[in-house]
Amino acid sequence: MAERERHATPPRGGVFVARTMVMDAADLRRAVTRIAHEIVERNHGVDGVALIGLQTGGVPLARRLGAALADVEGSVPLGTLDVAFYRDDIGLRPVVPEAVTDITFDLSGRTVVLVDDVLFTGRTVRAALNALNDYGRPRAVQLAVMVDRGHRQLPIRPDYVGKNLPTRFDEQVDVSEEGVAIGDVVRP
Amino acid sequence: MKHLLEVADLGADGIDQVLRLTDSFVEVSGRTIPKVPALRGKTVVSLFYEDSTRTRLSFETAAKRLSADTMSFSVSSSSVSKGEGLRDTVETIDAMGVDAIVVRHKSSGVPWRIASWVRASVVNAGDGWHEHPTQALLDCYTIRSRRGSLDGLRIAIVGDIAHSRVARSDVTAFAALGASVTLVAPPTLLPPSLEGWPVQVCHRLDEVLGGLDVVYLLRLQRERMTEALIPSLREYRTLYGLTAERAGRLRPDALIMHPGPMNRGVEIDAEAAGDARSVITAQVANGVAVRMAVLYLLLGSGADLVAPLPELAAQA
Repeated sequence: MAERERHATPPRGGVFVARTMVMDAADLRRAVTRIAHEIVERNHGVDGVALIGLQTGGVPLARRLGAALADVEGSVPLGTLDVAFYRDDIGLRPVVPEAVTDITFDLSGRTVVLVDDVLFTGRTVRAALNALNDYGRPRAVQLAVMVDRGHRQLPIRPDYVGKNLPTRFDEQVDVSEEGVAIGDVVRP
Repeated sequence: MKHLLEVADLGADGIDQVLRLTDSFVEVSGRTIPKVPALRGKTVVSLFYEDSTRTRLSFETAAKRLSADTMSFSVSSSSVSKGEGLRDTVETIDAMGVDAIVVRHKSSGVPWRIASWVRASVVNAGDGWHEHPTQALLDCYTIRSRRGSLDGLRIAIVGDIAHSRVARSDVTAFAALGASVTLVAPPTLLPPSLEGWPVQVCHRLDEVLGGLDVVYLLRLQRERMTEALIPSLREYRTLYGLTAERAGRLRPDALIMHPGPMNRGVEIDAEAAGDARSVITAQVANGVAVRMAVLYLLLGSGADLVAPLPELAAQA
């Protein structure tokens, strides 16, 4: 699960303990390369395509995807977005931005590919779609995630998926440089 | 954290958290559509028993940019002119179901009394000579955004310290963030006792001027002065005013600050206010973002301001 969701999940302040590695670093690299090709194929090149990584888990992934796209076809603008102020659970739990949003290019008329590490309830993506509206009117918005773990609570589906990973609702999924792990958050 | 009444409510960690959150709201304020839906459905009332332009507009702009609804109360057009007392006015407003009351009053301590009567969060927007915490926060943010940090900076607060709530809040905040603060004023404009203030005192601006990182001019508050505390405005300007000549002796990287409204030609000359090192308009612009951060922390985030979650602090 993405960092920003994990720190609010009980037990608060716990640490993530991995139970199973489901993807290793090489799997992750292959998935990034494949998604890059899929983006190029779907959009007939990278003209007008922009990548936006969701803070914090989606940002390193968006950078890697940007590098892969540059290898495959050409470089695209890269931005980062923090959706804290657009979440629907403000006031129910601590919602504090992790980082400052950084989108220096105009989104109007572009095809924006939102990038996140884990797709779970879909609420982060819903917030991100609202946030994008305030930065311009993209021609289209697509969604790329490394892991789709199910349990959607909103009608949102990804366009590019690294791995479909069935999980229990209370499990945690961690995406890092080393790969993807399933585990639990336990109090130290 | 329920209320923001004084800088000491925050402590160094709390100030730091507000300043980091302010970075995000500066980004929001710079957009084509400078508005986020964070506080939809919340109501913020400004209750000003004393005149104000910038603080009131700044709070209302901040609330609107967070999508909160705002109500405004001014004494002259309210039931106060029919003799309604403070407590009745405040309880009436609270009964309407507001979420935050931003209060300014000419008497020190009023925000504390109000906080004890209401369900809403109370933000002190200036009480008498006592505290003005959001001004201190925006001053810290302005300095930090230019100089990276306040740690080790030499800051002089010049002028009417005795009548200044800005000075009291600023001294607490600057010192908490590690700056070394000097008060520069004639003895008549200093409080009777400075015991417990983390400051040095100097009576001559020219003695400290050349070594300063920040010179902070205060407004000479003639409306609060009941006796002749200075011989004349002209003499005050000669000894304590930031004239163009004195501005020339400041270091090239020094900052010139003023909380406004300025008495041009008294505590600051027009040339000094317009100097490239002056950040007076940046203070106003940052004021909106800082107040967004304060309102968001009180009404929206559910975050405990005094003791930030360790994992949040680690990730930021």
